[in-house]
Amino acid sequence: MEERLRRTMMFVPGNNAGMVKDAGIYGADSIMFDLEDSVSMSEKDAARMLVYEALQTQDYGDSELVVRVNGIDTPYFKNDVYAMVKAGIEVVRLPKVESAQMMLDLVKVVEEAEKKFDRKPGSTHVMAAIESAKGVLNAPEIAASTDRMIGLALSAEDYTTDMKTHRYPDGAELEFARNMILHAARAAGIAAFDTVFTNMNDIEGFQRETEHIHELGFDGKSLVNPRQIDWVNKVYEPTKKEIENALDVEAAIEEAHQKGSGVISMNGQMVDRPVVLRAQRVIRLAKASNLINEEGEYIEK
Amino acid sequence: MKNNVGREISDEILNSTNHKPFETTEIGHPTVHYTGHNVRVTKGDDKLVDSLDQVIKDNLKDGMTISFHHHFRNGDYVFNMVMDKIIKMGYKDLTLAPSSLTGVMNDKVIEAIKAGTITNITSSGMRGSLGEAVSHGLLKNPVIFRSHGNRARSIENGNIKIDVAFLGVPNSDRMGNANGMNGESALGSLGYALVDAQYANKVVLLTDTIVDYPNTPASIKQTQVDYVVKVDKVGDPDRIGSGATRFTKDPKELKIAKMVNDVIVNSPYFKNNFSFQTGTGGASLAVTRFLRQSMLDNDIKASFTCGGTTSPIVKLLEEGLVKKVMDVQDFDKGAASSMKSNPGQTEIDGSWYADPDNKGAMVDQLDIAILSALEIDTDFNVNVLTGSNGVIRGAVGGHQDAGTAKMTIISAPLTRGRIATVVPAVNSITTPGSSIDVLVTEVGVAVNPARKDLIEAFKKAPSIPLVSIEELQKRAEGIVGKPKPIEYTDRTVALVEYRDGTLIDEVKQIKD
Repeated sequence: MEERLRRTMMFVPGNNAGMVKDAGIYGADSIMFDLEDSVSMSEKDAARMLVYEALQTQDYGDSELVVRVNGIDTPYFKNDVYAMVKAGIEVVRLPKVESAQMMLDLVKVVEEAEKKFDRKPGSTHVMAAIESAKGVLNAPEIAASTDRMIGLALSAEDYTTDMKTHRYPDGAELEFARNMILHAARAAGIAAFDTVFTNMNDIEGFQRETEHIHELGFDGKSLVNPRQIDWVNKVYEPTKKEIENALDVEAAIEEAHQKGSGVISMNGQMVDRPVVLRAQRVIRLAKASNLINEEGEYIEK
Repeated sequence: MKNNVGREISDEILNSTNHKPFETTEIGHPTVHYTGHNVRVTKGDDKLVDSLDQVIKDNLKDGMTISFHHHFRNGDYVFNMVMDKIIKMGYKDLTLAPSSLTGVMNDKVIEAIKAGTITNITSSGMRGSLGEAVSHGLLKNPVIFRSHGNRARSIENGNIKIDVAFLGVPNSDRMGNANGMNGESALGSLGYALVDAQYANKVVLLTDTIVDYPNTPASIKQTQVDYVVKVDKVGDPDRIGSGATRFTKDPKELKIAKMVNDVIVNSPYFKNNFSFQTGTGGASLAVTRFLRQSMLDNDIKASFTCGGTTSPIVKLLEEGLVKKVMDVQDFDKGAASSMKSNPGQTEIDGSWYADPDNKGAMVDQLDIAILSALEIDTDFNVNVLTGSNGVIRGAVGGHQDAGTAKMTIISAPLTRGRIATVVPAVNSITTPGSSIDVLVTEVGVAVNPARKDLIEAFKKAPSIPLVSIEELQKRAEGIVGKPKPIEYTDRTVALVEYRDGTLIDEVKQIKD
């Protein structure tokens, strides 16, 4: 599956027309339209229709479009999946996933919908939100459940309740879940998203948590407010040294191509695959952070 | 006939009001003549009086022109106090020529129009019920909208001949030495009122605070003042700038503000000793905050800001990031009350600020202006006066004046609710597109094609998403659709002058 930046997954309540309309302007790597918890029972149909229409008419630029459908055990689930697949959503996010079977159940409905609405088979991706102890322990099988999987997301509110604790500033209560989900995702070759941080007044706490999950290796974070996008991107911004090194690696790759050589070398040393992968990721990040100009040179901010 | 921005101006109006159609933003070097005014000679011992009624009776006649300032903004008590007496005393056919009309004055103006007391108005703007009433034809003669600079110009050249100026001040001595910076109802700069004090035939100060003679600093001087009337209260200091200085948390406003800052920082004007003007409103204040950080990061200081002053601007002055604040009016209590303690916060009058017909105004030296818009069209013409329903609901303010800056940036959301901001043609033109250089919206930045230099500069900055204004217009229309045209009658209810006094547009009466 194509690797892409997923630093920021912004939650957008599916029943808020203004927010749905403007979701594309903030430069989120992924936009997650929510049909589940942020929408009251009386507005489930309205939200589904609103998001469906918005997906047909609004310009969301390069953002990956995700929708959080209602749970498999709800009466809204099937209509949600059908409508979103019909609208051409890129990723369906299933909440409260505890087993691989739940993902397979979702995929079955997605397949039906793709067939019914003439969508390319396999074009709709899925991801799982892990919100319980059971989900965390089953993360490896969930991550590997289907080829359509693009990622696992930790949802800490439900998880900490299930664990008979709550959120603490140091995040110790999430350490196991974070590492478990991250390892499951990496082993399956998919993305890992950290949980939301809801206190908009605690910018320092947000920063600290983001630095921590960046260090662990998460692709990014789920976000509740567009203002958090810049804060996350700042943490994920590569340094000048990293960018210059990555540009050197890129030049070495180019040189090897020119020569028709399979071996990439830089300063007389062989460049192996992890270095190449890291360099490519740094360049993607640098471009997304506006740190490389049209000519492919590093620019000082 | 059509003027140079393609607006239909009726010959009847041109003839009856002695106007020329708008041609160009270039003022050139004409020689103009300033008018004189009458002086009733006195040694001044008879100036301090208690009876406002007597002052009005002794000095006001039917058909005269009266003026007020709007520096107390929505905390103003003076306008209603004076107008109420004038209406009750039965005056007719007066011309009202205030620097602007704020919401608290609306009911009284409507009452005065209905009573026949006021039959002509010239103002920077009007809003709310008054704008509605005028747009629906309440006033017999068309309102003339003038920018702050144009008002100063028109007073100097006699187009506005003020017979009696009623000027509320937060302090005065018995001879009429007064300023705006001291007293319980301090309003900061008295900028627009200073022109009235200099050119009106009669100057009446109203104050609740009589101080010892001689009062300094004296923005208004005893040499200019005929009467000092002691009243109970001139204004409500808490409402001078209510709501104007909120720091926005709206992510869209912040996004726009950040892009405006990117445009400034990547422009050729962002260097030591540059100058700028911002307005009020969430996005504008946020720009000041982002700009502050960029100035710190790049070790750049501004030589001056001008126009309306806000607390964040005063903060830049206090931090040494801005060397002088050339202050013509204050938008909030913080800025109003800081003038007395900041020598760098300098009071300037409306002429010094923005008058096109003098020997050089502050705006002529301005590098960057950040302005707002109700609408902007694909020719970059801006409307800040009439709403999408054709009703008057804004003010020219200093828009046309500051628009002459070397780089004028319009910051506005692409749409507001279901109303497009970027449109094929604006409802009425306030500021011609030739003086607008950049439009910043939340979805992209459009540069006036005439500014190839700016386009080249911004191309080098990957954080600035350049798009054409036509694309923005189409995108807005894609979201909100095409509105039905507004229906008007043939009757003209307002004239919009450009800052040089030519007619840039007419506003027609709304069909009921």
